[in-house]
Amino acid sequence: MRWIWIDRIEEFRSREYARSVKNVTLAEEHLHDHFPGYPVMPTSLVVEGLAQTGGLLVGEATNFSGLVVLAKLARVTFFDYAVPGDQIVYEVWIKELRPEGAVVEGKARVADRPLAEAEIVFGRLDEKRAGEVVGNRFANFRQDMLDMIRLSGHVSGAGDSSAEAGD
Amino acid sequence: MATREDIFQKVQSTLVDALVVDPEEVRPEATLTGDLGAESIDFLDIVFRLEKTFNIKIPRGDLFPEDVLTDPSFVQDGRLTAAGAEELKKRMPWAADHITEGLDIQDLFTVDMIVRFIEMKLNEVAASQN
Repeated sequence: MRWIWIDRIEEFRSREYARSVKNVTLAEEHLHDHFPGYPVMPTSLVVEGLAQTGGLLVGEATNFSGLVVLAKLARVTFFDYAVPGDQIVYEVWIKELRPEGAVVEGKARVADRPLAEAEIVFGRLDEKRAGEVVGNRFANFRQDMLDMIRLSGHVSGAGDSSAEAGD
Repeated sequence: MATREDIFQKVQSTLVDALVVDPEEVRPEATLTGDLGAESIDFLDIVFRLEKTFNIKIPRGDLFPEDVLTDPSFVQDGRLTAAGAEELKKRMPWAADHITEGLDIQDLFTVDMIVRFIEMKLNEVAASQN
């Protein structure tokens, strides 16, 4: 199972902001256990969607060299649940961007209905350290994320980096 | 130029935000790791917040010299070696009186140390503007 919790990137401004969407569907198996008779998108996966959107922003800023890892959820607030049929909109803004890590602010909503807010801290391992720590284990995930950016065709400000990313 | 008490208040609220602890726990002698439960990723978050709060730049490794702390010739069994203590005193002059051979690194970073570091940085900024 591929661990991708966003469906499409709608807007991407390099080093600034990204917006993605995730459709919640009854075809997602876990919903039948969460909860039986009352399917709701797990809040942990809402956070994961924000983290993946943010991770793309942070990764793209260094042309995906090295590895961006979710390090800390500094503040998370949940307002409401998403249910099958909803389209979750994830918006992420970069607050701080460094070679060693980044801080982003994320908001999740369904149309105008707020779902969650989170401040997310990422660490970044440079190429060498990434190789030492995870080797090739995340090669698939990285490629999936690169494909997402390429398929969206909405990357602005990234210019050549989006073309290289698909290679 | 802010007083040490002003600086302490701001450092205290920064640590309350970053580590989700009560203000009462953030006493000057409290250790970041031992008393306040900070982990390595929290150090990154703390540096970001301190920079924002005090409008200064804290280059990587200035406040928390991770390269020294992960070097086996400087730290053994979680304690500073003689060489480690010497190296750290050089890198962290604002904390020199606190650093000794045998010091448990969990007890190394205290709230007061951060206050003194910030004071030093603010003095540098003020001096460079005169």
